[in-house]
Amino acid sequence: MKKKELKIPRIKDGTVIDHITPGNAIKVLHILGIPHSSSSVVSVAMNVRSKMGKKDIVKVENRELDRHEVDKIALIAPKATINIIRDYEVAKKHRVELPDEIIGIVKCSNPTCISNSKEPVKSRFKVMSKDPPRIRCYYCEREPDDISERII
Amino acid sequence: MNFQGRDVISIKDFSKKEINHILSYAKKMIPYAKGEKNTDILNGKILSTLFFEPSTRTRLSFESAMNRLGGRVIGFADPSGTSQKKGESLADTIRMANAYSDAIVIRHPQEGAARLAAEFADIPVLNAGDGAGHHPTQCLLDLFTILIEKKRIERNKVVLLGDLKYGRTVHSLAYALALYGAELIFVSPPILKMPKEVVEECSELSSEPVQTSNLEKAIKDADVLYVTRIQRERFPDAEEYNKVVESYRIDNGLLENAKDNLIIMHPLPRVTEIDPEVDKTKHAVYFRQAFNGVPVRMALLSLVMGEKL
Repeated sequence: MKKKELKIPRIKDGTVIDHITPGNAIKVLHILGIPHSSSSVVSVAMNVRSKMGKKDIVKVENRELDRHEVDKIALIAPKATINIIRDYEVAKKHRVELPDEIIGIVKCSNPTCISNSKEPVKSRFKVMSKDPPRIRCYYCEREPDDISERII
Repeated sequence: MNFQGRDVISIKDFSKKEINHILSYAKKMIPYAKGEKNTDILNGKILSTLFFEPSTRTRLSFESAMNRLGGRVIGFADPSGTSQKKGESLADTIRMANAYSDAIVIRHPQEGAARLAAEFADIPVLNAGDGAGHHPTQCLLDLFTILIEKKRIERNKVVLLGDLKYGRTVHSLAYALALYGAELIFVSPPILKMPKEVVEECSELSSEPVQTSNLEKAIKDADVLYVTRIQRERFPDAEEYNKVVESYRIDNGLLENAKDNLIIMHPLPRVTEIDPEVDKTKHAVYFRQAFNGVPVRMALLSLVMGEKL
């Protein structure tokens, strides 16, 4: 049997974010504040072929990402899975799930929304639907229909 | 029911039961609003009125309401003399008003401004219009007017006419009327149709609103006709604008086929959409509607400051 070739080597400890919507890996890193928030080695594979079509994969070494922190990426990658790796084994695995509120990640699409002014507040959205993601601005109540284009 | 400390940002923040409570309390305020009875329940209280945009009725009726309740008013009707001009943030202006008064009324050109103000104030914030967003006290006084004139809000056939796309008052009013199960008919030129989300929301709460551009047919068996102003800047050219304005103009000729007890409302200011000849008919209630701003705002100020009659 032909051995499956891995595009990125397995990691000993850390987090693997799998099944990211193809082309969105860089935005996922941006949402998670990586690499600024971490000095870990990060590997990215894009447009990897899988049984369910193409996908992106991110591997963060020696850091177990907090579930609540990672759930935010469901905004642009609702099918992503988070695998916590310990000693080459998957210790924990879960699908991302959008939290009830999204703060400071998406810019409101309404140019006259107060959150787009120089006020000391972060953008704030209420999650109306988790998959497909639909969010509503806490301030002006507008729903952006191009969320991935509005990531701050 | 306790409203003390509550913000009034959107009509959607209130349940039907709470709206009923506000409206029935507003009824008690009528003799005080007319000056037939006196009260000083808000003696010692100060209201800040921060108007970053022009207003006649809303500002004057809030100030009248506060004065009728024995309170005092500070504030501005034009931001040009304030630190906003020096680049001060709204958040900081609100912090100041919070330190100087017991409640804040704010009108601002940007959507969400009142919601932001409420975040930075410990005292109640009342939204007097935030851009194309909400104007909950107008919505409450519109409901109050229907209640006073028609004795009930539910089971009325209500025609909303004019700029239904950008009109600040009609979105909240349509929602609130649907909450009461009123029958809704939206009449507008095609380019100023009611936004899809509002139509869907009304359909979920009540029966599906009828959407048409035929005014004559719509008002035939209507109980309430709510007219709004159509702004020239919404149209690509003056000819198109004049055509639309002319076709939606309310005059006595158009009203010949209307029900005897049809009431005509308008949030004002009106320009040409209602002919002055209509003012003398029994249908015209828009000036009484403007007065109703006082008892409704008196009720709200009294409730949120926790000092009841």
